Amino acid sequence: MLDRWIGADRKGLVVRSGKVELGQGIATTMAAIAASELRVDPLQVRVMPADTTLAPNEGYTAGSFSVEHGGPAMRVAAAMAREVFADAAARHLGAEADDLVVQDGLFRMPGQNAAISYGELAEVVDLHVSALDRAFPPLLGLSDTALGLKRPDLPAKLSGAAYVQDIRLPGMLFGRMLRPTAPNLRLVNFDRELVARLPGVVTVVVQGSFAGVVAQRDDQALAAIATARKSARWAAISTLPADDDALSWMDAMPVPPRHVATAEGEPPEGRRLTARFVRPYLLHASVGPTCAVADWRDDGATVHTHSQGIYPLRGQMARVLGVPVDSLTLIHAHGAGCYGHNGADDVALDAAILSRAVKAPVMVLWSRRDEMTWSPHAAAMRVELGAALSDDGRVTDWHCRVESAPHLARPGMGEDPNLLAAAEMEGPVPAAPPVVKPPVATPGFSISDRGGDRNARPLYDLPRLTVLHHELPQGPLRSSAMRALGAHLNVYAIEGFMDELAQAVGSDPLAFRLRHISDPRALAVIRAAAHSAAWDENDVGGEGTGRGLALARYKNTGAYYACVVRVAVEESVRVLSVHGAVDAGRVIHPDGLLNQIEGGVVQAASWTLLERAGWDKDGFTVQGWDSYPIWGFRDIPPIHTTVIASEDPSLGAGECAAGPVAAAIGNAVAHALGVRVRQMPITRDRLLAAIQGEM
Amino acid sequence: MTTRDGPAPIQLIVNGQSRSVEADRDAPLLSVLRDDLGLLGTRTGCLEGRCGSCTVHVDGRAVQTCTTPLWSVTGRKIDTIDGAAPGSAIARVRDAFLHEQAAQCGYCVNGIIMTIASLIAGPAAPDRGHILTVLDERHLCRCGAHPRMLRALDRLLAETAA
Repeated sequence: MLDRWIGADRKGLVVRSGKVELGQGIATTMAAIAASELRVDPLQVRVMPADTTLAPNEGYTAGSFSVEHGGPAMRVAAAMAREVFADAAARHLGAEADDLVVQDGLFRMPGQNAAISYGELAEVVDLHVSALDRAFPPLLGLSDTALGLKRPDLPAKLSGAAYVQDIRLPGMLFGRMLRPTAPNLRLVNFDRELVARLPGVVTVVVQGSFAGVVAQRDDQALAAIATARKSARWAAISTLPADDDALSWMDAMPVPPRHVATAEGEPPEGRRLTARFVRPYLLHASVGPTCAVADWRDDGATVHTHSQGIYPLRGQMARVLGVPVDSLTLIHAHGAGCYGHNGADDVALDAAILSRAVKAPVMVLWSRRDEMTWSPHAAAMRVELGAALSDDGRVTDWHCRVESAPHLARPGMGEDPNLLAAAEMEGPVPAAPPVVKPPVATPGFSISDRGGDRNARPLYDLPRLTVLHHELPQGPLRSSAMRALGAHLNVYAIEGFMDELAQAVGSDPLAFRLRHISDPRALAVIRAAAHSAAWDENDVGGEGTGRGLALARYKNTGAYYACVVRVAVEESVRVLSVHGAVDAGRVIHPDGLLNQIEGGVVQAASWTLLERAGWDKDGFTVQGWDSYPIWGFRDIPPIHTTVIASEDPSLGAGECAAGPVAAAIGNAVAHALGVRVRQMPITRDRLLAAIQGEM
Repeated sequence: MTTRDGPAPIQLIVNGQSRSVEADRDAPLLSVLRDDLGLLGTRTGCLEGRCGSCTVHVDGRAVQTCTTPLWSVTGRKIDTIDGAAPGSAIARVRDAFLHEQAAQCGYCVNGIIMTIASLIAGPAAPDRGHILTVLDERHLCRCGAHPRMLRALDRLLAETAA
């Protein structure tokens, strides 16, 4: 039904997308698209939060699909709505709909003064019509005002209440959780009576090893948890393997590989090289605390959440809570930056359980420690590459073996609901999840890979290709989707190995790649990046400075990004500049595209140079910011981005930079030192180890 | 008038207005601003004094409120982003941020605006290197909006110099 996307009242137009704002600016892009087709000022279009009552079910906001899938859906819906309004305007003006023009939100006959606006027509127009029953509307394309649109959500965010953490419902209480400090511990008990008597504490909720407190104020809830922790007793439910740089714990999990690509026949003769690359577990580490507000009533509950998938989450919450799906309403609210499957889904269930216990609205905020320990991690991975080279310097055979912890463990993706509280509570979870059917056929969330093998296929022309993916079960730390998924390590490995192969045949890295590319869009971005950086094949590097090049097409179907990174290697690696080029098809919101690329560069550089999550005999080694440094203001290099605009379909750009930036840093470090660091993060210790290993 | 026994109300001057707060004197200033005074533009972040998202001005100096007990600011002048008057240093920094679209999720930004505003409003000529060092030590941004924030900073410094 059209009214899932578009609505109108006397104040003007409202749009709803099933794709949610994660800090990436998608609401701005949706406003730009809708306003262009409706021919209204984008600032007159109000983008409403998605909820499970009104918004279209578009699955997850993930995989860089929002612009690619959600965008065209919004575009067609807006154009259809314009047609419905035009019919009503024609009746009002005594004209034929086809003869009317629409501009600045007004319908009129060309050359005449009489006009009528969307707002004035709102009362007589019914948008509760099936989108499938209408003819495909003519599309007007992007308007100039849409292209230059500024983020409509920022003025409020930069002055006052704006996020889920800022919701204040009448009578709202605050909940905090008590969770273990090691991945293999479960709560046995704590002094509940003592905690219940603390100032402001309303109730203490314990179900199995799930434990939380509800208090009048958030600072009281925090104090209660601190007291609870002092008397808490924990039991180990498993033995943790040792954590090491080589991720040896993966050796104890033999899983047969999936064949992603299989070469036929005998491998060719020739010089062969191999290399192994490793990435540890990483953290989302959003600056804001994971949060939800639940308001449990006799006839159902409303949950305000920053989840990436309100419909799938609703189904799993209903299953765990043992209530009908329809009794839960989930409303998306803006949270702090979301880079994938973080704790947002878990905290929504935490809040619902605590709200049910007190029959009042409850906001649950996770502590920094909750955040850094129990939020799903980005998956640890290992990649082993092998290739054969011909005498004329071409790759004749390519072999890739990926081992990866789970990247796709969102609630509802597997048998298990994968909601933290569900695992902690006593009692089995009903096996069959209630099926949540989308109301209409919508562009959903479908992926052609399993996350770990994302971008495991090189985009180069290779006569023989084998790609094996060992999809491991959950390892010592809980993992799921984080920005770029397997592409971060896969591209790091492929592009690092391409440099090793180029060196083996005495070729310039750029020339060697050009020899193996026939895709014209890939050629265009790599040439644009090289041109922007004034790539010099005679630059021999060394002396502590170096430059590296890398290229990928995200998911092999998404946006192309290539870059040249310059580094100085001192005590640690300093990035001096990033010259990139991107082809994301037709650009809808140019500043939004650049913002996503810049942010992608900064975050990926931070992952690659600094970040690592692990465990030791005392539990999680990361429990706060002090044990998880990220890039700061002094680390930021100049970032130049060349946008290659085209009329190809629009593609998301939030994830395309991650792999190439990481790989270009690795290649620049190798160029500077003459030795390669194949394990991320590229820390001082790893640099020293690599240099010593070479001597 | 309160009838319960408890600590005497603590007097603050918040965004130019005299406010009387009845809260635990050890309560963090952050929770007093957000939960007693309803000033939600000051963000709740790590609560460990590391991320800087809760930064406000106390007598014009940037202070992280999550680790500042209420008693320590008795009678002091507290300014938050919610109360920024047009033309104030805070509003000028915010305008520069909006001009450069210097945010992604925006969660860390208000604290960063407050720190920059305190540094450019002082009597000494603002020094870019010093500001960068302070931002690096006191603020975290995870989305990678730093390049834009630095452009906003440079815009402000150019305006100030002109």
